[in-house]
Amino acid sequence: MRTAIAREASMDRQKAMIADHFRELARAKEQGRKVVYTFVPGNLTELMLAFDVLPVHPEINALQSGMRKLSGEFIGEAERAGHSEDVCTYVKCDIGMMLKGNIGPTGEKLPEPDLLLLSYTGCFTFMKWFELLREKYRCPVAMLHVPYQADGEITPSMSTYVVQQLERDVIPKLQEVTGKSFDVDRLRELLACSARAEDDLVHVLESAKHRPSPIDAYFGGVYYIGPLFTAFRGTPEAADYYRLLREEVEARLEKGQGPVTPEGILDDERFRLVVEGPPNWTHFREFWKMFYDERAVVVASTYTKVGGVYDTGFRHDPARPLETLAEYCLGCYTNLSLPARVDMIVRYVQEYAADGFVINSIKSCNSFSAGQLVMLRDIEERTRRPGAFIETDLVDPRYFSASNVKNRLESYFQMLSQKQAVQA
Amino acid sequence: MELREIVRECERLYEDLELGSVRRWKEQNAGGRAVGYLPTYVPREILHAAGVLPVGILGAGEQLEIVRGDACFQSYICHLPRSVMELGLSGRLDVLDGMIFPSTCDVIRNLSGIWKLQFPAKYARYFDVPQNFETAVGGAFYERVLRELVDDMGRLTGRPPKECELRRSIRLYNENRRLVRELYELRAREPWRVPASESYLVLRAGMVLPVEEHSQVLREYLDEARAADRKMVDNARVVVTGAFCEQPPITLIRTLERAGCYVVHDDFMLVLRWLGDEVDDSDDPIGALRAAYLGYDEETSSRYVPDGQAKGAKLVEAVRANGAEGVVFAAPSFCDPALLDRPMLQRACDEAGISHTAFKYSENTGQLQPIREQAGTFADTIKLWGEA
Repeated sequence: MRTAIAREASMDRQKAMIADHFRELARAKEQGRKVVYTFVPGNLTELMLAFDVLPVHPEINALQSGMRKLSGEFIGEAERAGHSEDVCTYVKCDIGMMLKGNIGPTGEKLPEPDLLLLSYTGCFTFMKWFELLREKYRCPVAMLHVPYQADGEITPSMSTYVVQQLERDVIPKLQEVTGKSFDVDRLRELLACSARAEDDLVHVLESAKHRPSPIDAYFGGVYYIGPLFTAFRGTPEAADYYRLLREEVEARLEKGQGPVTPEGILDDERFRLVVEGPPNWTHFREFWKMFYDERAVVVASTYTKVGGVYDTGFRHDPARPLETLAEYCLGCYTNLSLPARVDMIVRYVQEYAADGFVINSIKSCNSFSAGQLVMLRDIEERTRRPGAFIETDLVDPRYFSASNVKNRLESYFQMLSQKQAVQA
Repeated sequence: MELREIVRECERLYEDLELGSVRRWKEQNAGGRAVGYLPTYVPREILHAAGVLPVGILGAGEQLEIVRGDACFQSYICHLPRSVMELGLSGRLDVLDGMIFPSTCDVIRNLSGIWKLQFPAKYARYFDVPQNFETAVGGAFYERVLRELVDDMGRLTGRPPKECELRRSIRLYNENRRLVRELYELRAREPWRVPASESYLVLRAGMVLPVEEHSQVLREYLDEARAADRKMVDNARVVVTGAFCEQPPITLIRTLERAGCYVVHDDFMLVLRWLGDEVDDSDDPIGALRAAYLGYDEETSSRYVPDGQAKGAKLVEAVRANGAEGVVFAAPSFCDPALLDRPMLQRACDEAGISHTAFKYSENTGQLQPIREQAGTFADTIKLWGEA
């Protein structure tokens, strides 16, 4: 049963923030603002904002193209230009969009980058992506190599390496591009603001431990992480947004309400799930509907940790500005080892009292996907909860087979239902 | 040994998925350890100095039916990790005391985690190499990574390698790399004397043999190849690139030759050539390995090309230096690094007026006729029109 609701204020607030950002981007060149392209995992937003540059996230452009049904055309354009059908569709969507004039989600042309800030965190493809963009834009690249947490810990050596790169390469390049000197106090202010927003985000995500959960931590979660994972971390606007969001979620919690879906509030939670892997963006609503039609609520997800893992206690620390940025980059989800990822999902299943978990295996994303079949077996064994495995893609509509995905999910939900009946 | 015998022996090693030579080495070297490594690069000198036999694990080619390995990976993941898992889960790699997974790509990286989940009792190390090439930054990080590897090997064998042993290993590997370079130079100069399918097998033996033995094989092969009475034919001289990780089956290399190509340069088994042959063996060995790594500026898809260096310049240079007439882009299916690099490298070739063709393979590719036709047409085009 669903209760119709009016749009929540946080939704409108976020929409306005994004629209403002893209308007600023459209005017960036005429206003003499510098533009830096960078990636979501390991993003150094506070550092960029300390230099007053405008960030552009190619993955976000790609996913928005996917949601607006434009990605298929862009991917085709890139493939006609010689890119293999086998490789990451985020890259091809971005290249295709560039080849088609680089028109952003608001219909305005995106400015060319003054710098490519290659935060090489948890995804090998990022490196190739910016090598490709460098060819096109002929602009400098600041490479930040973030070592992989293969043994499940951040060592002093890793942290030192990242800090040294910030000091000797990233910051000098930002100074060179902007003509501004590095103001560590400004960075500290931004980091303090980030920490406040991170507190509220964690509060929102952990609200899903309640039954019924007041949020969907995957389909709703991707909206909740938006400001903090992109251009707004460190801004007062982001801190205000998360305070507002937290208040809304707390209000739903008090009323015992379920999560907001596109068709209203889901009042009668039936299945509680953990989801591993990014969502499909080309059929996002359709995909979500497959869950809420069955009254399945995602109570925790790993995708909402790609731009930062905060629920294990990490907060940006203004007292240690560069070290904290290094630790943030090193801690992003796709920079974690497979055993650490398994541990996280097992913990989510247990702490959020999930009935099971779903792995959405993404054709494009080797960083996420390679090894998920082994993870599936390991998590099932450790939690004694059943897992479902579905395959889609990020933004290539050719790899979303609605009937196959629905069939698999329906069978899975039937199985969960029978299990619940036996246990009742 | 005669040429044919040498090649036949190398082919036997190539086909031996049971790693019989490694088992024999361990029997003959009581207490000796063997550690496997995946492409692209690991500092084998450190393993060798600790008394460990480094064993290159390059998959199972076309010889093994993959069942358990396929259960670990989705259809869109390349083939190499499947066969590595098949080898591991079938017990063929039991002879190894550990595995090292270099930072080649996301799949090899994640394979390191899968390995830890599947074989928790065995040593497994993800070997991170820097993408920052400044001595004080990437160099300092890499030196710490190297020292961790030294410590690991010391723990594994109970005998941490001494500096003098590391220097000795560096000398042995320098000699091996010098011989490998000699082989490449001879092949580029007189490719009819050194067919790529032969040189591949001779080099591949270096994945399982101790470096001292492999260097001897190289010396003997070089002597025999130089003396062999082999006739030059009017083949097209090509560089093969994109095969730096998952290897093409030997039948594919033979197919290229039958299609009228002399492979005068390639990026197979880069570990044999990485660092060049000039690693300093006179002083601090770890510092020397670090400096050689940072200073070696060959391009491969797993290594970042910093600002100021033109992507593809090294490929163009390889074409020119080896007198090649074209480039064959041969990349494994679903290999993100090679396939994402390809448009940039093709553009570099176009700008330099170098002909090229491209196809994908997997290590167990069996349908070679289309590749033969494509490579044959490419070779004919080069021969008929010079610049296609």
